[in-house]
Amino acid sequence: MAEAVESPGDPETTTSRPLMRDLKAVGKKFMHVLYPRKSNTLLRDWDLWGPLILCVTLALMLQRGSVDSEKDGGPQFAEVFVIVWFGAVTITLNSKLLGGNISFFQSLCVLGYCILPLTMAMLVCRLVLLAEPGPINFMVRLFVVIIMFAWSIVASTAFLADSQPPNRKALAVYPVFLFYFVISWMILTFTPQ
Amino acid sequence: MAAVDDLRFEEFGDTTTSLEANPDATTISIEDPGETPKHKPGPPKGLGREEDDELLGNDDSDKTELLAGQKKSSPFWTFEYYQTFFDVDTYQVFDRIKGSLLPIPGKNFVRLYIRSNPDLYGPFWICATLVFAIAISGNLSNFLIHLGEKTYHYVPEFRKVSIAATIIYAYAWLVPLALWGFLVWRNSKVMNIVSYSFLEIVCVYGYSLFIYIPTAILWIIPQKAVRWVLVTIALGISGSVLAMTFWPAVREDNRRIALATIVTIVLLHMLLSVGCLAYFFDAPEMDHLLTSTAAPNQTVVTAKSS
Repeated sequence: MAEAVESPGDPETTTSRPLMRDLKAVGKKFMHVLYPRKSNTLLRDWDLWGPLILCVTLALMLQRGSVDSEKDGGPQFAEVFVIVWFGAVTITLNSKLLGGNISFFQSLCVLGYCILPLTMAMLVCRLVLLAEPGPINFMVRLFVVIIMFAWSIVASTAFLADSQPPNRKALAVYPVFLFYFVISWMILTFTPQ
Repeated sequence: MAAVDDLRFEEFGDTTTSLEANPDATTISIEDPGETPKHKPGPPKGLGREEDDELLGNDDSDKTELLAGQKKSSPFWTFEYYQTFFDVDTYQVFDRIKGSLLPIPGKNFVRLYIRSNPDLYGPFWICATLVFAIAISGNLSNFLIHLGEKTYHYVPEFRKVSIAATIIYAYAWLVPLALWGFLVWRNSKVMNIVSYSFLEIVCVYGYSLFIYIPTAILWIIPQKAVRWVLVTIALGISGSVLAMTFWPAVREDNRRIALATIVTIVLLHMLLSVGCLAYFFDAPEMDHLLTSTAAPNQTVVTAKSS
C-alpha cells in the first residue's frame, strides 16, 4: 500500500509506470469484487482510489442535468457523496466497536469497492430508461437492481465476515445490508426529466 | 457475561450501608443472570413487595448501579470506553427486541433484558432503520396513491430523509435526556428504590421504537382505517413497555406527579407516531378529491408537497 501512495508524489520516478501499477491494482480489485472468493487481496493492499472513482461515477449518474434541481426532489451530488462516505465510516466504526479486528481503511476500501455492482446497475438503469417508460421498464430495472444488490452484499460479506467475532457476525453485517439497500433504493427511484 | 460473577463482593459492607440508607430496600445477592428467572415466584400477587421483586428482577438496584459504574472504567477519550457500549451478542439484541415487542405485565424491560449492560447498538441502528423505513414507505405510499394520475410526476423526496433523521434521533436522545434529568431531580426529593442511568433510558426508548419499523412499512396501505389501527397497536405495545419500565421509578413519588410523568411519556410517543404519519404519508382521501378538480390545481399541489 505504501508504495502505491508514495510513488506518484516522488519527483524522481516517471509518472507513467506507477500510474499503470495503480490502475492495475484498482482493476485487480474490481475483478475480485465481481468474482468474490475468500482472498486477502482487498484487505492487504487497500486503496481508496477505486471507491472514489465509483462514488463519483454513481453521484454523477444520479444527477438529472436539469436547471431547476430543487423541484426534483432527488439527491444532489454532495448528498450521494455524503451518504456513501458517511455510511461507510459509520459501518466501519460499528464493526470496530463490536470488536472486529479489521483496520479502519481496510473496511472503507472493501465497502467502497463493493459498490461496483450497484454502479453497474445504475448504468444499466440509465440505458433502460432511454426506452419506453412503463411497467415492463420498471420490472427490468427492479430485477437488475435486486441482483446487483445481492451481489454487493455477498461480495462485501465474503471479505468482512471473517474479521468479526463469531457471535456478532449478524450485528456487523446488518448495517452493510441497510447501506446497500439505501443505495439500491436511490438507484431504483431515479427518474430522468 | 463474566463481569457480574467477577465483581461479586465477598464483604457485606455494601449491603449494610445500603440498608442504612434505605431500610425498606430488599437486599438480594447477585446471582448468575441465567439462573434468576427460575427463582421468580410465579405471577405477580398484586401491589406490594412481591411486585417489587418482579419489577426489580431479583437484583438489588443499588448493587446493579454500582456494577454498571464499575464496568466503564476507561477514560472517556479512549476507544475502549465506547466499546463497552457495544458489548452485546446477536442473541442478546434479538432478546431485547423480542422484549420490546411482547410487554409482559409485571416484567420490567430494563431489569429483565438490559441488566446493567445497556448498549448503544440497538438504539442507533433501530433509529437508522426507522428513518429509512419511514422515508421510503412514505415515498412508496404517495406513489401508489397517485398512481393513476397522468399529470403526477414522481419525485423521490430525498429531503424527507434528513427531516426524518432529525426528528427520530432528536426524539431518541433528547426525550431520554429530559426524562433522566427529571427523574434525577425527583430522586433528590423523594427516595426512589429504582433509578435508571441515562444509557438505560436511551436503551429502553431505542428498543421501544422497534415496533414502528413494521408499522411504517404497513402504512404503505392507503386505507385510513388500517393506518389508524396500526397506530393504535404500535402505540399500545411500545407505550406499555415504556409505562411499565418507568412506573417503578416514579411510584414512590406524589401520586399526581407519577401519573403525569407516565401520561407525558405516552403522549410524546403518540405525538411522534401521529406526526410521522401525518407528515410523511399523504392522506388517501386527498387523492379522490383532487381527481375531480381541474388538472392545473393538481400539479400545483404536487409541486408544493415535494
